Amino acid sequence: MYDDDDTLKAAASQLVAQGIRIKEVFSPFPVHGIDPIIGIKRTRLAITAFMYAMTGTTLALLGMWYFMIHDWPMNIGGKPSFSLIENLPAFIPVTFEFSVLCGAHGMAITYLLRNGTLPGLPATNPDPRTTDDRFVMEIRTEDNGMEADALEAAIQATPMVELSTKVYG
Amino acid sequence: MQREAAIREPLILGHKTYKDITDDVVGPIQGPAPKAWKIMITISSIIAVYGVGCILYLLGTGIGVWGLNKTVGWSWDITNFVWWVGIGHAGTLISAVLLLFRQKWRMAINRSAEAMTIFAVIMAATFPGIHMGRIWVSYWVLPLPNQFGSLWVNFNSPLLWDVFAISTYFSVSLVFWYIGLIPDFATIRDRMVKPLPKKIYSILAFGWSGRAKHWTRFEEVSLVLAGIATPLVFSVHSIVSMDFATSVIPGWHTTIFPPYFVSGAVFSGFAMVQTLLLIMRKGMNLEAYIHTKHVEYMNIVIIVTGSIVGVAYLTELFISWYSGVEYESYAFINRFSGPYSWSYWMMMTCNVISPQLFWFKKIRRSLTATFALSIVVNIGMWFERYVIIVTSIHRDYDPSSWGEFHPTAFDIGIFIGTLGIFFTLFLGFARFFPVLALNELKTILKSSGESYKNNPDKH
Repeated sequence: MYDDDDTLKAAASQLVAQGIRIKEVFSPFPVHGIDPIIGIKRTRLAITAFMYAMTGTTLALLGMWYFMIHDWPMNIGGKPSFSLIENLPAFIPVTFEFSVLCGAHGMAITYLLRNGTLPGLPATNPDPRTTDDRFVMEIRTEDNGMEADALEAAIQATPMVELSTKVYG
Repeated sequence: MQREAAIREPLILGHKTYKDITDDVVGPIQGPAPKAWKIMITISSIIAVYGVGCILYLLGTGIGVWGLNKTVGWSWDITNFVWWVGIGHAGTLISAVLLLFRQKWRMAINRSAEAMTIFAVIMAATFPGIHMGRIWVSYWVLPLPNQFGSLWVNFNSPLLWDVFAISTYFSVSLVFWYIGLIPDFATIRDRMVKPLPKKIYSILAFGWSGRAKHWTRFEEVSLVLAGIATPLVFSVHSIVSMDFATSVIPGWHTTIFPPYFVSGAVFSGFAMVQTLLLIMRKGMNLEAYIHTKHVEYMNIVIIVTGSIVGVAYLTELFISWYSGVEYESYAFINRFSGPYSWSYWMMMTCNVISPQLFWFKKIRRSLTATFALSIVVNIGMWFERYVIIVTSIHRDYDPSSWGEFHPTAFDIGIFIGTLGIFFTLFLGFARFFPVLALNELKTILKSSGESYKNNPDKH
């Protein structure tokens, strides 16, 4: 456990340089620059948002073609009611809104599911102080080919404030 | 570590640590409700109940209880609708547009500004809903298969675009706000001692634990949502303006409406943010986070958007003369010299002249002056919508049907009632929600906090 984001980053680089794999980092706010140190890849959420938005665009255009052109065409103020392309200018606002709707909600739902954060789920941070001002690294012996004592010594050498060990069954 | 020029004013005053930020925000939630809060919520909920009563009476009797008539078919109802939607826009502008521009000062105000957006949009959506008269068939605005030969809603109509725009805007703002709230709810959850509040915040926090990968995703989602909320906010008020601009009423049929409405919305929204935050920072001891510099930044936005609105008013006047269209000219002559000229000049004074006072640094940085002017701007922007709507339709093409609008007790009661509901919701937010974006403020503490910034070596 560390009490500052900069010491956490320094300690993480120090440990990684010794070939120690850091399983997880818990922090009260996004620590910029920690991802490359502990080997986290860029998220692909933005790509999913684009795909959801395109789905929205398609559904909106398909729907409006069916409602306004195919199923029950009406003459409204002389607007062309027989061709999607000619009637398209009037359909742009709804197409845009529906794309945004699908993109935003699709991405938000994917985000919550991928994080495993849903209403009522229990908290999984190791210490309640990690949502306040403490930063915790989780390092497991089975990820690292070294003895627990050696690992502990390496961690003790960093400017940490607390170390707790836990045996997994 | 990121450094900021020493000449820039710090955004967080005093010597604060990460823990202080948590305590300053979570402390008031844990403690007992202050007396001033109890008094304010009592007053606003009484007004809210009165407003709900007026709405129920209107629904039971019909919209004839309003002062609407054959000539003036839209009045306070739609004025209030546009006013509330406009107020909502500042929240999205602060959280989305300023995020894209990496403006760090947004972090102290975005949470409450977004709460304001959500509550304002709820109030706005009430008005078209009750204006339908038969609110129980309001699902007819959706394209649902039906028994009328499967007659569909008209996708050529801006009124239908508005249905899509407002509902998308509301739900996307809600999601954006909530995603930012999840980590802060987790902070409160881990601080709470009593079992029931702990359980409630634990449900609200969705089991958030602050893993590095989750934070990466969090920042990506915030950025993308900001990216799509930005065109969304512009589109929403553009579509609101098209409710008027696509008609053939002189005074409404104007191509400058979309940009004019959007800047008017931002203008009135920032004024409302000032009104709310100046009270909140005092009541909740947040002076270290929301201070003169934040107020000054917002006042600068008010000068810019207020001036755009001023130019739009003058452009409208010029074009009505330059177009040579008799009806168009008359609509504007009637505006500034007809029976409603008092409201036109009220609008001009409040919206064009008063924000220009912010050019003086003394006024711009004075909290009292800002508070007074923010209320003036709110009043002015309400009158802007009233002028646009009522003066344009009360004298139409056919002089035999000219008329006037007089508000009834229900017009006034419902408007005042929505103010009550809005303030009740906002006070509830201020009491039980993290009013500052904790996780965002902690990221700027080292670059923009006063004690870190000026002595970086000590830390």
